[in-house]
Parts: sequence; structure tokens; C-alpha cells
Amino acid sequence: MADPAGGLPQDVSAAEALLAKGDYVAGRDLATVVFLALRMQRPLLLEGEAGVGKTEIAKVLANILDRRLIRLQCFEGLDLASAAYEWNYPRQMVAIRLHEAEGRGRDIGDSLYSSEFLVERPLLQALRSDEHGPPVLLIDEIDRADEPFEAFLLELLSDFQISIPELGTVRAATPPVVVITSNRTREVHDALRRRCLYHWVDYPSLEAERRILALKAPQLADRLREQLVAFIHRLRDLELFKKPGVAESIDWAHALTQLDAVTLTPDLINDTLGSLLKYQDDIARVQGSEAARLLAEIQAAA
Amino acid sequence: MDSRLADNLLLFCRTLRQAGLPVGPGQVIEAARAVLHTGIERRDDFYVALRSVLVTDHGQGRLFDQAFHIYFRNPRLLERMMGMLLPTLEQEAPGKDTEAAIRRLMEAMAEPRHKESEEVFVEIERSGTYSRREILQHKDFEQMSLEEQAEAKEYLRHGIEFVREYPTRRFRPSSTGRHYDLRRSMRLMARSNGQMIQLARKRPRMRPPAVVLIADISGSMTRYSRMFLQFAHVLGLQTHALHAFVFGTRLTNITRWLADHDIDRAMHKVAEEVSDWDGGTRIADCLERFNVDWSRRVLAGRSVVVVLTDGLERDSGADLQFQTRRLQQSTSELVWLNPMLRYDRFEPKAQGIRAMLPCVDHFLPAHNVASLLDLAGLLKSRYSRTTRFAA
Repeated sequence: MADPAGGLPQDVSAAEALLAKGDYVAGRDLATVVFLALRMQRPLLLEGEAGVGKTEIAKVLANILDRRLIRLQCFEGLDLASAAYEWNYPRQMVAIRLHEAEGRGRDIGDSLYSSEFLVERPLLQALRSDEHGPPVLLIDEIDRADEPFEAFLLELLSDFQISIPELGTVRAATPPVVVITSNRTREVHDALRRRCLYHWVDYPSLEAERRILALKAPQLADRLREQLVAFIHRLRDLELFKKPGVAESIDWAHALTQLDAVTLTPDLINDTLGSLLKYQDDIARVQGSEAARLLAEIQAAA
Repeated sequence: MDSRLADNLLLFCRTLRQAGLPVGPGQVIEAARAVLHTGIERRDDFYVALRSVLVTDHGQGRLFDQAFHIYFRNPRLLERMMGMLLPTLEQEAPGKDTEAAIRRLMEAMAEPRHKESEEVFVEIERSGTYSRREILQHKDFEQMSLEEQAEAKEYLRHGIEFVREYPTRRFRPSSTGRHYDLRRSMRLMARSNGQMIQLARKRPRMRPPAVVLIADISGSMTRYSRMFLQFAHVLGLQTHALHAFVFGTRLTNITRWLADHDIDRAMHKVAEEVSDWDGGTRIADCLERFNVDWSRRVLAGRSVVVVLTDGLERDSGADLQFQTRRLQQSTSELVWLNPMLRYDRFEPKAQGIRAMLPCVDHFLPAHNVASLLDLAGLLKSRYSRTTRFAA
């Protein structure tokens, strides 16, 4: 059941159904948090290992709610000019010269700082609604940005407004749907965390991962898919430097589809290990006997 | 909202707070709102609604889970338990911690201490003998008496300056900077209606690198590690980006406990919470734990890692050299402090030491105040990454 005014789900089950419609496999807990974020108009902070579907959910939300997706990729040194807005200096200089040439001596100050000279970047764009409603703002990998940026963001997320000294305050008529992701390479500040609804996205269960692969790599045979998922789950139990995430499972599934694989064999695993593991140490550890051992375990359990 | 539910929620939040979860009043209200939206018919929805507001970090999850399952199964049970615990909880507030704090406060409010001691030292120097300060600086920690230890601590506190900074991508206005600040220039130009073109300048902001200290607290290292922790505390007061770990048979992150401004309280907390003091050593295993669990979280950007250990490994599963090499590759600068260097004719013979040595950028002693001050000096000086590849 959807709210006609914005397509927002009315309860948790509706949220689950909506996510399923967007081909996103989510447990009821994630659906609950998404539902609350939409209803309470609070940002959603998703933390978890790389490749578990945090960024994906923002795209899915934009899709199913029929909103624009505005993406801000964070990095260290991300500043106001790249994230929020910047003044169009060349254009301003030309305007000044024109003023002079036309002999207009009056004060140019006000017109120089009007919205036609303002270059809007993602955060400011997110405050503008269009005919579909307020956009979905994805602030990706906020752990890569630094503390001054977090402080600025806190202000934005509290009141959904940006103060531009020369122009005035820009406020959002309706707050955007904000999704913030973090890979936890740095601890995000407490104040920002408390402003958001927090959810730790874990690796999916066997059943969930099977469903994900059924959606994302449909050409894969059922039996092979089961072997795949079982193998990956055992891999995640090992002491690896970087465990394979869902993105890697999907990549592996695609790779095996391309190779017309029917069933897992040690050779096949060794050849395609690069789509699962991205560090040489991990590959060296798993290749050969370890992979064969895991495969034998799966076959015995099946 | 049903008043009984509201009361229960309030009490639950208070319980969480006492258990150590930082729950503010704003969060309590938000939790109530969230519950209103999800309803209380389904227990799992109710659980997730509370968790999404009250838990702000993955590490708090388990505590919340336990509290939730105990409380909402039988609230009376938890109340009774809290009632029984109350006497021990009260002990925390007054007591010798506060006394120590008060004592130090009084000392701090009196005449500035280092000025005094400097006067004393100057007098002694004038008399022509070795100054006490010099003797103290070079005395081995193992051989210090309790008073000398206290003096050494004071010395460390005043002898350490800021860690060196490196340029970041952010800028700040500066009349002597090398970059032009177009935005400010435009503003200045607009003020004069375009008549005068003034080019404002800016320069990069500097910031200190993340400093990670990893100290071996096993039996052989007792005195050294305790002094080192004092050093760590002082450093922590001056830079935000400090992380501290200790290890013996396992690795523990003590950053939060060390963050207390009062050094006695900080040390007390660390002593309480860490369980493997003065025990055996498992260097390779603990370094592996650091590499896997922590390195990506605390070594972002530029970083300096200082490891304090004598390198005498008991037994290990992981390869010590491999782990040290990996650590070196995750950070800009790896410093190894080894108190064994107190012996003038120290030669790296032990297998553990030989394994680690080629993988570190600096190999320094750590047995007296002078060596720790040298370390502070090193942290202050510039280190270029290229020197690592030149060797």
C-alpha cells in the first residue's frame, strides 16, 4: 500500500514488498530501518564491510520511489566547493567587465552574487525538489572524508539547509531521502551517528545469497548456484585479509556463466579465484589444496 | 502513547546508559517515535526500531541485544538485578581516584612546576657537577626508584612537543601562501566594483598524521611498557589522532581509556581492563590481529606506527616477518622501540629480532627518558617516504 503523495510505504511489510519489487534482497530488519528512515525523515547510516550492498540500496530506493539519485562520493580533502557549491568566477569576471564597458557605475555587488553565478554541487542539488519529489541523496564512503567535512554535513543533516554567505540560506521544502554509507576504515563521529538511523549491513545468509544470485545471475543453474554460495560462505569463515562480499559473489557467478560451467571443480576455482579475492596473499592461501578441501567438504555435505 | 510502554522505554534506556551505552534524552524521544511508527505487535520490528535509534556503532550491538532480551522478557528481573548491583556502582564516584585528582589539581594551581625544577637544575649546573636532569634522563627505567619514576613522568609530560604535520588538501587564507584564492579575490573585487584586482592567497592546512602505539606488556617488558604508556598519554593529550594498543597474549585497544585527561585515572582504567599483563608474548599473532582487525580502521591517510617490544617471541603460528612486513606496508613509517638496545654491544641474534629488523623503518632504544624524548623528536621531524625505497 503506497502513499499517493510520495510513494512511501505505509508499514514495514509494504517496505519489504517495495524493496523486493526493486530486486533487492533485504531481511526484515533492513526493511524496517528503511521504513523508519522514510517515515521519520531521518538519514540512514549503513555501515558494513565492502561489497555487501550498501550503495546498492540507495540506487534501488531512487528507482522504486521514482526519484532522482544524487550521488556524492567522499574522499579525503573533499571540500565545500566540490560538495556543496562554487561560484562561477570566469562568468563573474565577464559580468564585471560588461558592467564597466556599459558604463554602468552602480554597485555591482548584489547582482554578482545571484543564483545565475552559482554552480550547484550534489549537496545543494539535493535540497531542490522536482516534479517527482525530493531526491535520494547518497553520500558514499563517508569514512573517506575527514572531520571538517563531517562537521559541515552535520549542520546540513540537522536542518536540511545550507547557508551561503553571499546569497542567503537555501532550505529544502521537503527533506531529501539521505543514505550514508561507510566501510568503517575510520570511525565516523558520534554526533553524525546519532543524527542518523544506524544499521550494520552484514553478509547475507545462505538463503538470502541464493536469492540474490537468482536475481542477478539468472542463467546460473540451480545446482551450481548452491555450490557457489556454499563455497563462498566457507571462504568467509577463513582468516582472509579481505573477505569476498556480495558484489564479488555476483562477479564470480557471471564469470562462471561466461565459462559455461556446470559444476565446480578445483581447476575452475583456481582459474576464477581472481573475481572473488583481491589480495595476492589471500589468493595464495586459498589456491590449490585449500580450495580443493573446501570443495570436498561441500560435496560431502550435499 | 500508552504510558506503561513509555515508562518501560524510559527505564530501558536508563538501563542501557548504566550498562555503558551512551543514550541521550534526544535519542529516547526518537526511539519512542520510531516505535510509534512500527507498532509493537511484532517483536522483531520493535527490536529493530529501538536498535536503529539507540545503537550508533556496530560494537554496541551485542550489549544492546543482551539488554533487550533480558529486559523485555522480564522487566522486573532486570530491576531487581540493578537494585542488587547498586551498592557496587556507587563506589565508583568518590574514592582514591578523586583524591588523586584533587591532589593534582592543587599542585597544578600552585606555582608552575617546571619553572621551579628548572631553577633548581640551573643552580646545580652552576655548581659544576652533572645536573640531576641529565642523570635522570639516562637512567634505565628498570633501575629507577618510585620517586625517580614519578619525576621521569613529570619530565616526559613537559618535554614532549607536537607531532609534525603534513599538508592536506584543504586550504586556509594566508597572505604568504603560494596558491591563489579565487573566491576571496572575487569578493574583494566586487567590493571595489572591479576597479582593483587584488589576488588573495591561500595555503594548505597542515595536520598531524595518525599515530598508533602498540606496546608489549608481557613479563620482560613491565617497567618499559608502563613508562611508554605515560608517554602515550602525554602524546594523546596533544593530538587527536592517537590510537594505543597493548598486547601480551592478545591485542587490546586501549585508546578510549587512555583518553581520560587525568593520567592516574587513565592508567588505573587500563590496568583494570587489560587482562594479560606480565604474561607471555605472542608477537606475531597479535600483529596479525592488528593487521586484520584494525589496520584499515586506524591507519587511514598518513600514519606513524610505533611498536614497543623486545622481539623475544615465545611461540607463534603466524609468520612474524610476514606480519611485520604487512604492517610496514600499511603505514608511512614503522618505528620499532626495543629496550634491549640499552646494552651497548647489543647484536640481533634472537630469531624474532632478526625476523622483524629488516621490516622496520627505524630501530631505536626505549629504556630511559632520553630515548623517549628522542622518539618525540623523531615524530617531530620530517620523514620522506622515498628514503624507504632508496635503501
